[in-house]
Amino acid sequence: MIYGQVLVDGLIVGLIFALVAMGLSLIYGVMNIVNFAHGEFMMLAMYFCFFLWILAGIDPLLSTPIAAVLMYFVGVAVYRVLIRQVLQATMVAQIFATFGLLLFMQASAHFLWKSDARTIPQSWVSGQFQLGGLFFNGPEVVAGAGALMTAAALYWFIHRTETGLALQAVAEDAQAARLMGIDSDRVFGIAWGVSCAAVAIGGGLLSTYYAITPLSGARWALPAFVAVAIGGFGSISGAFLGGLIIGVVQTAGGFFTSPNYKHLFVFALYLLVVFWRPYGLLGRR
Amino acid sequence: MSGAEPLLRIEALEVVYGDFQVLWGVSLQVRAGEVVCLLGPNGAGKSTIMNATTALVPRHAGRVSFRGEDLAGIPTHGLVARGLAHVLERRRLFPTLTVRQNLLLGGFNPAARAHRSESLVWVESVLPFLVERKDQLAGTLSGGEQQMVAIARGLMARPSLLMIDEPFLGLSPRVIDEILAIVERINRQGVAVLFTEQNVQLALSISKRGYLLESGRILLEGSGREMLEHETVRKVYLGL
Ligand SMILES: Nc1ncnc2c1ncn2[C@@H]1O[C@H](COP(=O)(O)OP(=O)(O)O)[C@@H](O)[C@H]1O
Ligand SMILES: [Mg+2]
Repeated sequence: MIYGQVLVDGLIVGLIFALVAMGLSLIYGVMNIVNFAHGEFMMLAMYFCFFLWILAGIDPLLSTPIAAVLMYFVGVAVYRVLIRQVLQATMVAQIFATFGLLLFMQASAHFLWKSDARTIPQSWVSGQFQLGGLFFNGPEVVAGAGALMTAAALYWFIHRTETGLALQAVAEDAQAARLMGIDSDRVFGIAWGVSCAAVAIGGGLLSTYYAITPLSGARWALPAFVAVAIGGFGSISGAFLGGLIIGVVQTAGGFFTSPNYKHLFVFALYLLVVFWRPYGLLGRR
Repeated sequence: MSGAEPLLRIEALEVVYGDFQVLWGVSLQVRAGEVVCLLGPNGAGKSTIMNATTALVPRHAGRVSFRGEDLAGIPTHGLVARGLAHVLERRRLFPTLTVRQNLLLGGFNPAARAHRSESLVWVESVLPFLVERKDQLAGTLSGGEQQMVAIARGLMARPSLLMIDEPFLGLSPRVIDEILAIVERINRQGVAVLFTEQNVQLALSISKRGYLLESGRILLEGSGREMLEHETVRKVYLGL
């Protein structure tokens, strides 16, 4: 039973990693840019939900979709103002751009909201329950379910809509896509918007149980980078799978040794995968 | 528009990569319904002419107009809706998308999307193998099949001019014959074709007219017969 509990807990947290990783992989896949500031968009959404809750009494479950819409436009704006300038630049310049954005967003959060941990102690989803001999924490289950639904919606968007097809075309060959009449610049903006909206949903759902600090986003994004690498850079399904694996490995590792060591197992797994399959489980090339 | 106005008119085109000039005052025209070939050895600048026409590389000087409209300032993604389709060198299909998805993307622009299902029926009647292979990933097709899908993808936009960069590159003689037949078939349906090729005889076998490019300059132009009988062509390209 204890193995079952660890597995289920790992999968639930893994769904959040999966969602974060899918957004990262989307941007990398479409434009070959690693968005180091991905977690910071999540952090912004957490603060957004926290302040709506404390100032207006709005439940995070309601403010999460608002955060997603807002963060869509933030993502498009970041693309237009910053990323567009480094599209043709060297990879180093691109890394500095998104890593600089991470530093800027974290520092701004420290400045505006201090480093105190904020929590939302009571929300609609608070509470625990037991099912088939397993224990469940309400906020975690709802966050996992919400992440799964968002991941499914993301998959549907990419694989079942016209815009998603354009996105895939640009990802495979941007020049050829332009010749099909696809405005790659617009598609890049949409990719940023969708990626940021997805990670904002993760942040909003996490705000019901996870302590909010300027570093909260980074704590989730770092393992998500590993998930992307494990799944294969640019593969959306791979990122999802990688997220689940990370969740289970981290939870099991932490449980059977000490929570202090949980990240160790994640990075050990990462090294293993890199040696065994450098392009990840579902990666190409 | 007067009947004399060509479909595509390129005038005094110059292209510079960094500080290396590749095209020097290139002018050429394609009239409605024509098949025209652009001949020249490797590195002459054939691809550059096409890529500059569709704004994939910047034009340093010169003027390109299509159906009488100056293309200055029109981005690549705005051209296909105007009836100008371009099949890039080495086909450049979307390799992990299916044949059908590649075709749908060919008719992606709003003008073409309105009658995309009819276009699909049309290209699949011109190239029946597209139906059997519709769910196959484009990257797993043979070179000849990829070339056919690339041409079909271009046709999905219902273009008045289809530019094909090196349609016969790396193909077996049998497949080359098939592609030649396809080009003639689509031309009979009223689509003008401009294509690049290094083999003079092969290219002129289906072209009404041709241009010979060398080191970024048009060396000569003329009808297929004129070109085949030209002294330079006979000496340098046919070894006679
Ligand atoms: N992106 C580029 N940057 C710099 N030089 C280029 C580029 N593309 C082509 N060239 C050069 O321009 C010349 C013409 O190339 P290209 O148009 O591809 O010739 P062709 O298609 O006739 O073989 C060649 O010398 C080639 O090396
Ligand atoms: Mg070429």
